[in-house]
Amino acid sequence: MSIASITDTRQYLTFQLGEEVFALGVSNVREILEFTTVTKVPKTPEFMRGVINLRGSVVPVLDMRLKFGLTRTEKTVDTCIIVVEVSLDGENAIIGALVDSVQEVFDLEPDQVEPAPKIGTQLKTEFIKGMGKRDDHFIILLDIDKVFSSEELAVAGGMSGEEMQMAGNG
Amino acid sequence: MMDTHKAAYQEEARELLVELESALLDLEGSPDDQELIGRVFRAMHTIKGSGAMFGFDDIAAFTHQIETVYDRVRQGEIPVTKELINLTLTAKDIIKGMLDEIPQGEAPEGLTPSEVVDAFKRLVAKDEAVTPPKPPSFAAQPEGASPPHSKTVTYRIRFAPEKEIFLGGTNPIMLLNELHSLGECRTVAQTDRIPLLEEINPEYCYTYWDIILTTDQGIDAIKDVFIFVEDQCDLKIEAIDGQTGVESGEDDKRLGEILVEKGDVSREDLQKTLEEKKPIGEMLINKGLTTPGKVESALVEQEHLRSIKEKAKAKDEPAASIRVPADKLDILVNLVGELVTVQARLSQTASLLHDPKVVSIAEEVERLTGELRDNTLNIRMLPIGTIFGRFKRLVRDLSQELGKEIELITEGAETELDKTVLERLNDPLVHLIRNSIDHGIEAPHIREAYYKPKMGTIRLSAAHSGAYVNVRIQDDGNGLDREAILAKAIEKGLVSPNADLTDKEVYNFIFAPGFSTAEKVTSVSGRGVGMDVVRKAIDSLRASIDITSEKGKGTVVTIKLPLTLAIVQGLLVNIENNCFVLPLSIVEECVELTREDIKQSHGRNLAHIRGELVPYIRLRKEFAIPGEQPDIEQIVVTNSNGDRIGLVVDSVIGEHQTVIKNLGKFYKDVKNISGATILGDGTVALIVDVEKITKSVELADKAFG
Repeated sequence: MSIASITDTRQYLTFQLGEEVFALGVSNVREILEFTTVTKVPKTPEFMRGVINLRGSVVPVLDMRLKFGLTRTEKTVDTCIIVVEVSLDGENAIIGALVDSVQEVFDLEPDQVEPAPKIGTQLKTEFIKGMGKRDDHFIILLDIDKVFSSEELAVAGGMSGEEMQMAGNG
Repeated sequence: MMDTHKAAYQEEARELLVELESALLDLEGSPDDQELIGRVFRAMHTIKGSGAMFGFDDIAAFTHQIETVYDRVRQGEIPVTKELINLTLTAKDIIKGMLDEIPQGEAPEGLTPSEVVDAFKRLVAKDEAVTPPKPPSFAAQPEGASPPHSKTVTYRIRFAPEKEIFLGGTNPIMLLNELHSLGECRTVAQTDRIPLLEEINPEYCYTYWDIILTTDQGIDAIKDVFIFVEDQCDLKIEAIDGQTGVESGEDDKRLGEILVEKGDVSREDLQKTLEEKKPIGEMLINKGLTTPGKVESALVEQEHLRSIKEKAKAKDEPAASIRVPADKLDILVNLVGELVTVQARLSQTASLLHDPKVVSIAEEVERLTGELRDNTLNIRMLPIGTIFGRFKRLVRDLSQELGKEIELITEGAETELDKTVLERLNDPLVHLIRNSIDHGIEAPHIREAYYKPKMGTIRLSAAHSGAYVNVRIQDDGNGLDREAILAKAIEKGLVSPNADLTDKEVYNFIFAPGFSTAEKVTSVSGRGVGMDVVRKAIDSLRASIDITSEKGKGTVVTIKLPLTLAIVQGLLVNIENNCFVLPLSIVEECVELTREDIKQSHGRNLAHIRGELVPYIRLRKEFAIPGEQPDIEQIVVTNSNGDRIGLVVDSVIGEHQTVIKNLGKFYKDVKNISGATILGDGTVALIVDVEKITKSVELADKAFG
């Protein structure tokens, strides 16, 4: 992760998972939805909460808390789905990220961003673009493309491996 | 702007090349068919003509050379031979390469255009017997010549061949027929030059013709028709009025004026005759000023112009069909899909409101939406024959390469399928046919030894069957070798050696990746990739495939395709407040399953339905949905591939117009679900892949047994 790529994004949307505050570049964010009925797809990993209807198209929703090793997101008045656009194997894909609450959009000058620490965040370092400094505390800037990369999904797909093998035999 | 024209030409030319290829292959079967030669010629002619217009000069120049040869074929000067067809097919591939703007070095057949032209020349030289026709002179056409496909113009043509025209081998009727192919055409034969019977030389042509032709092809196309007889005839081509004669408000031309204009009657004669008030034509003839033939010709012209004028009034649009980019259609289909979803919501809301006024409107909307949906999906339907054509070439080339004699028979080419289905069907069919040619049909000498006809047959057929289309590939070859397949499957560890398998299950192994019983890898097959491709493509089409085979007699592969991929009729079911959709086309009936029934079957998942035992699958368990089953459940009995299987759900909600949505990349590894749809209340329901679920349960049972 080079510093150069950090400097392109200056506006960030912050959201909260438990006590922790994360941020992602606004250029990735399409819209923010209230939590609606999510249809669970059978036999998929727990963090893949299911699919929702976004004005006629089917969009997958992922539970960010589970993804980052926290407990399952419970529905509250603040629970939101951030609809993000990520590039998946060179194609754009629309994904809903389920979070506890959305806070604000703020500007971050490049000199306020520090490279990600190698240890101590309890997250895979490649998920982190950098650490943004704001009012004496740090916000983790996420690299959303990496969080939803196809390798991450392959891990998800592997959990239904037993079935895959069965189908392969047919 | 030019680019769109160019793209339009490329598209059109590609279609023409397909037409050219199919005409060539047909011609191979019946080399004397003038109609087919005409088709070949016309296709090349158009490719050449519009190619030059849009800057594909290499195509124009190259095609011109071949066209010249075919013109002589058409005249009967050169016979249609296998060599000629082979060469023309190569030429077709080269044109295709030029069209796709592939650098020449990468041309598929390895022959360069000039080599092909040389080969053509050699071929022609061999058949050189009759006087060579004058080299065509229309390469350099006069400046400002009206380009083809401009506007419709009516021409008056007088074609008066020299008496000796027959001696050069020209048949004037052929030329006239060709004129007919250019547009609306009326011909009047002028017979006034025919001498008395005793003076007639039967080898001379005394007739000449007046032709009225309305065409959008431009004057050059007409000149091209006569190009080889130019110096053997007296040819006059004039545009009548220059602009169609379709201007509204303008009166029809008077008969006399036409005759004067044509120089058949002088204006003074006409004036004089007009003063005597008799039908003008009759008077002119009576006076000996003109012949009945001339008058008839003028009358025909008058009538022709009148009818053209009427037609132009009737429809301003010249084309009965229009070319629409495929993505526009896709957008339309998507919109209709959304409309269907909204309509379902409307109907649901209306029925909740219990307001008869709203209900009647909702019903009306439902009816209209249904019609709109059917019509929209219909637009995308294409006859399957459009892809059948390609296989003729495949069979021909491959059988020659392998030294086999194989005939491809196609049936049901008019069967219509959704465009996207057709596109994705091409690859699996190619692999299946290649398989038939390579593994199925034996070499001629082996066939003879088995008392089979030397010529093998592959029958490619398509037929409607309910909401499906069955595409069948049938060969009369050696059939599948059950033992060899089973042995290989055991060797690969796909099945245990003592498993008791049906023929169907054994044949299914050929779809496993990397599976091949061929001892050696040939250029055609043996790597075990092909059938894997077939399986994947069939799965993506939500189709099913079935193989039957009889040793020594042949193999039949049947692909059962859904008519469309966009919308299906579904049955909405509920499990613990989760909605699922089952494709209605495979649902046979729904029956109740009580706790009492379950108790009686002693843990076996079998239900008695009117004396018949039907195995069932608990979707709740299969989908790992938590919660307690209700006292009375429903079994939805499905029938796919002839097996009756019940799916147990909590309750059946009802029919649902299902617009299929893709689950996307995130869920690409999810089995047993083929897609999603949006329900009336805006939530998402999942579509159950019944066939996959049945198969996975079967396999799991087998593993335990």
